[in-house]
Amino acid sequence: MEHLLGMFIKSIFIENAIFAFFLGMCSYLAVSKKIKTAAGLGVAVIFVMVLTTPLNYLILTYMLKEGALAWIHPSLATVDLTFLAFILFISTIAGAVQLVEMIVEKFSPALYSSLGIFLPLITVNCSILGASLFMQEREYNFSETLVFSTGTGIGFFLSIVLLAAIRERLRYSKIPEPLQGLGIAMIITGLMAMAFLSFSGIKL
Amino acid sequence: MEETIEKKKKEGLFSKKNREVIKDPLDGSNPITVQILGVCSALAVTVQIKPAIIMALGVTLVTAFSNLIISLIRNSIPNRVRMIVQLIVVATLVTIVDQLLKAYMFDVSKKLSVFVGLIITNCIVMGRLEAFAFSQKPWPSFLDGIGNGIGYGLILITVAFIRELLGSGKIFGTQVVPQWAYDHGYVNNGMMMLPPSALFLIGIIIWFHRSRNKKLTNIS
Repeated sequence: MEHLLGMFIKSIFIENAIFAFFLGMCSYLAVSKKIKTAAGLGVAVIFVMVLTTPLNYLILTYMLKEGALAWIHPSLATVDLTFLAFILFISTIAGAVQLVEMIVEKFSPALYSSLGIFLPLITVNCSILGASLFMQEREYNFSETLVFSTGTGIGFFLSIVLLAAIRERLRYSKIPEPLQGLGIAMIITGLMAMAFLSFSGIKL
Repeated sequence: MEETIEKKKKEGLFSKKNREVIKDPLDGSNPITVQILGVCSALAVTVQIKPAIIMALGVTLVTAFSNLIISLIRNSIPNRVRMIVQLIVVATLVTIVDQLLKAYMFDVSKKLSVFVGLIITNCIVMGRLEAFAFSQKPWPSFLDGIGNGIGYGLILITVAFIRELLGSGKIFGTQVVPQWAYDHGYVNNGMMMLPPSALFLIGIIIWFHRSRNKKLTNIS
């Protein structure tokens, strides 16, 4: 239990998706002009990530790993399909996003209209696929996968809302013209990443 | 007879318009500094030059060939499922690149870890498919993919060069800062090895690029 709690804190603060691995930078920079939309995207990312990473874990363990297909026929025990991981992971994510979009549209039109535009964007958010790939590379078990994906999602939410808050204030400051917009956002992200580096001293 | 036909074709292949398609992403519409696409991987693999070059090559190949394939089948893809079709094509190409890397350059593939797989969601690939390949003929699309890949690689290698030189005093893994400099108190800049430095460097490159090229200043 303690180990899982440590992992949760670690995936939010120490190994933050944005500040340590730069996952999901594209939407992070593009959708961080207002706090409200940034928070909407953050919630959608948490939701899709918690849904797809465990799903991909199940696909990996029961379909792709060497010996995973032995339950069909003993002769399949040596089949190793892990090279198909990329295609199946991204299909799961694209499918799940489409499904979530349809369900939300049907049952909660209010939520749909606030998340609507972000859902298709999430399919190509690096942090979602990145979480699945890290899960595969670090060989997490199911409960670890669940905790890791929740933590990474919350980490993304936290960082995008923080940047949006800073950028809202930036509108009133005088920045050299060529540095406005993307340039200053990059440098601010760098400063925030330095601040988050201070968490790396915590031993968990 | 055959030769003349081939010559005629070749002249068309690199017409002025097609050359523009390759050259434009290198400066005026650079994928990273102007279109803001594919920033994720640009930052993560730039601690050393070698992985950066491999990554740039991989992205160039994947962008060029996915542009080509999607452009070839663009008229038969239903609009509603085009995202999934694009993702499957890209994922297949990335799987090929990943398998090649694992087979021939295992150490580099270990260093790049998940970032090879993340070429799939690299916004450059998807962005160019949507913006260019979906409405253009196969050959210009292929060139566009190559141009954007090179434009991306240019930034990647610049950042990696600065980070490797200042961070560990090396270029391509060979020591270039001489020992006597260390003896006289020169110290490697440890921050260059950490993630934030990549963000600062790209910010500075954008600043430099936009102040040189006044047209670009108001793109956010």
